[in-house]
Amino acid sequence: MTTESLAERARRAIGDENLQTALAKVTAALGAEGTAARTDPDMVERRRRGAAIRREVLADLDGWLDRLQTRFESLGITVHRAAGPEEARQIVLGIAREEGVRLAVKSKSMATEEIHLNAALEAEGVEVVETDLGEYIIQLAREMPSHIIAPAVHKTVPQVARLFSEVAGESLPDDRTALCAFARQRLRSKFLAADMGITGVNFAAVDTGTIVLVTNEGNGRMCTSLPRVHVAVMPVEKVIPRFEDLGVLLPLLTRTATGQRLSTYVSMVTGPRRAGEVDGPEKLHVVFLDHNRRSLLGTPYEEMLCCIRCGACLNVCPVYRRIGGHAYDAVYSGPMGAVLTPLLSGGTEGRDLPDASSLCGACSEVCPVGIPLADLLVRLRADLRDPGPAVPAAAPWPRHDPIGNADPSAKAVEVAGDAPGGPGETRPGVRAARHLGFQAWAHLWSSPTGYRLSAAAARRLGRLTPPALIRRTPLVSAWGQGRDIPLPAPRSFRQRFAARQEEGW
Amino acid sequence: MAVEVALFVTCLVDQLAPEAGIAAVRLLEAAGCRVAFPEAQSCCGQPALNTGEPEAAAVLARHFVEVFEPYEAVVTPSGSCAAMVHHWYPRILGGAWAERAEALARRTYELTSFLVDRLGATQDIARAAPLEPGLTVTVHDACHGLRVLGLKTSGRQLLEAAGATLVEMAEPEQCCGFGGTFAAKHPEISAPMADDKLAQAAATGADYVVACDSGCLLHLAGRRRRTGEGPEPVHVAELLGRALR
Repeated sequence: MTTESLAERARRAIGDENLQTALAKVTAALGAEGTAARTDPDMVERRRRGAAIRREVLADLDGWLDRLQTRFESLGITVHRAAGPEEARQIVLGIAREEGVRLAVKSKSMATEEIHLNAALEAEGVEVVETDLGEYIIQLAREMPSHIIAPAVHKTVPQVARLFSEVAGESLPDDRTALCAFARQRLRSKFLAADMGITGVNFAAVDTGTIVLVTNEGNGRMCTSLPRVHVAVMPVEKVIPRFEDLGVLLPLLTRTATGQRLSTYVSMVTGPRRAGEVDGPEKLHVVFLDHNRRSLLGTPYEEMLCCIRCGACLNVCPVYRRIGGHAYDAVYSGPMGAVLTPLLSGGTEGRDLPDASSLCGACSEVCPVGIPLADLLVRLRADLRDPGPAVPAAAPWPRHDPIGNADPSAKAVEVAGDAPGGPGETRPGVRAARHLGFQAWAHLWSSPTGYRLSAAAARRLGRLTPPALIRRTPLVSAWGQGRDIPLPAPRSFRQRFAARQEEGW
Repeated sequence: MAVEVALFVTCLVDQLAPEAGIAAVRLLEAAGCRVAFPEAQSCCGQPALNTGEPEAAAVLARHFVEVFEPYEAVVTPSGSCAAMVHHWYPRILGGAWAERAEALARRTYELTSFLVDRLGATQDIARAAPLEPGLTVTVHDACHGLRVLGLKTSGRQLLEAAGATLVEMAEPEQCCGFGGTFAAKHPEISAPMADDKLAQAAATGADYVVACDSGCLLHLAGRRRRTGEGPEPVHVAELLGRALR
């Protein structure tokens, strides 16, 4: 975490020409794929079915997890349940200690980024090597992913050449093929020497007990077949009821993420190595990671658990396209990150992220599982006013229903009147003043006289006040950064409508 | 028989851009409507909702419902204000208020959509407001009209029927960076987004960049006055209004 504000980070990103070029290129390319995946006729039905499967899971998440655990255990998989990042790290560290692990290879996993696993393992003396090319690059650069499916998208070829040259101990050329060849050779030796493979989970099917990993580099397969121990960190919402659901969900993920009908590799792991098999780990552990996810169930934020991490919302987000992932200063960036970060952290991180959106709704539109991301950002702006978790015990918002089968008996609960109204943001005074200010404004403008007189006064003030003074008024001054401030019209529409006859229109 | 409509002019148009409101009235009349202007109207409440103050937004939402409920149809020259009524009113209001809001939303229209989709008055407008020959325009699809109300064609149809040549920019559906309070909270992101939009509009060589949302237009116009780039942003109603005979 940095101490810079979101605005400062954004300004720096916008001033970084390399980053701007890289962002424009990748978001245009991937964004076009995501958009095509939304409108292609064969995807329309797949999106509907995918959204329905994800919601079927959430309707009984604990039940599906219990059944998955039973199935896993029958296959010889050891299941652990972690309430949060610290518990998850301790579980993995415990396994590493018990197994005498000195080298671990990792397949790309946002869940392990989320729990900051690498640092914990390294502190225990375990060498950890990221084996997805993009993750390998940012590991060497000691950075966070800047995109959930293209983690090193912000890096240029010369920057990668410099990073790899340090590892190689010799100068490598600014050439993609040569750099990939170097990484491949380097990583191959790590795969062969590793004691432990660490992965995330894209999907886990209850009926067969199969863990599914989606990669384009085959590194997931290496991590799950070569080392003697495999640990998979699985956020709880990754469970799916049936193996056959993959027929919907896999292409939904890959088409939306990169435009591929299917990723180059889909690895399916159903238990550790069995007698007579030639490869696969001797031991397989799965860590169910909650990290505040289950507390979202039954709230409007539950929808966020439908997310399949395709990254489409990042690619189409005009804010992400301008500021990139690092400006969010969080593991997850873009619209999904702006929603997820405050929710997963229980309101301790990313409280300012929901403001990093123009609420244009491109994210909600492209989302393959129908998460109303822009709506959730609006809700978070209200729910994060007060310190503490964003999810109130009794969520005051009605549930959203993007797939059109809402329970008609589920009625909206009135929000006005039971406003949290407490202290919030960094300065309680500012927060309380803002709340009172908006209340006062809303009541004033609910009265015809109040609106007319206050608007007339503001218009007169706006026209009479010296521009230098106007530019120093809060809000107006922020608007004035980069834009000229519009002058109020000499006469309002309502005055002119009343004077229609005289004006002759 | 004349169709009775109530104009919700929006606070932005009322205070900052009355010409768009005047044009809206005249276009509606050219399409055979009788236009009422309920004096008690003010703001739809978006500034409060987008700042994280849904309670204040709900106060204005209830006021809106009370003011406009008596009318057969409500028309507004703003896609985002109409979207606020359609999408958010039922969500921020509870119980009976939500039902009243939903009923009202069903007869609340964005101006171009009302003229084209509801009235089928495209040719009436084209006859009443023929644009000067050779005029080229590029259309910015304002976000909430586009994504909440599904508006894409009505503004274009009116402009083309009135004789304008449409030139599409590279990404007409990309946000201009206004975003209500976002523009004031994150000017460092909002202004470059306006630059992207104005650059795309400039690349079309069009005479005007047209939208049916005054928020976007004030933001783009303010940025353009600062940088000098891009064609003049103008409300679709205002452009047609200038051509009204």
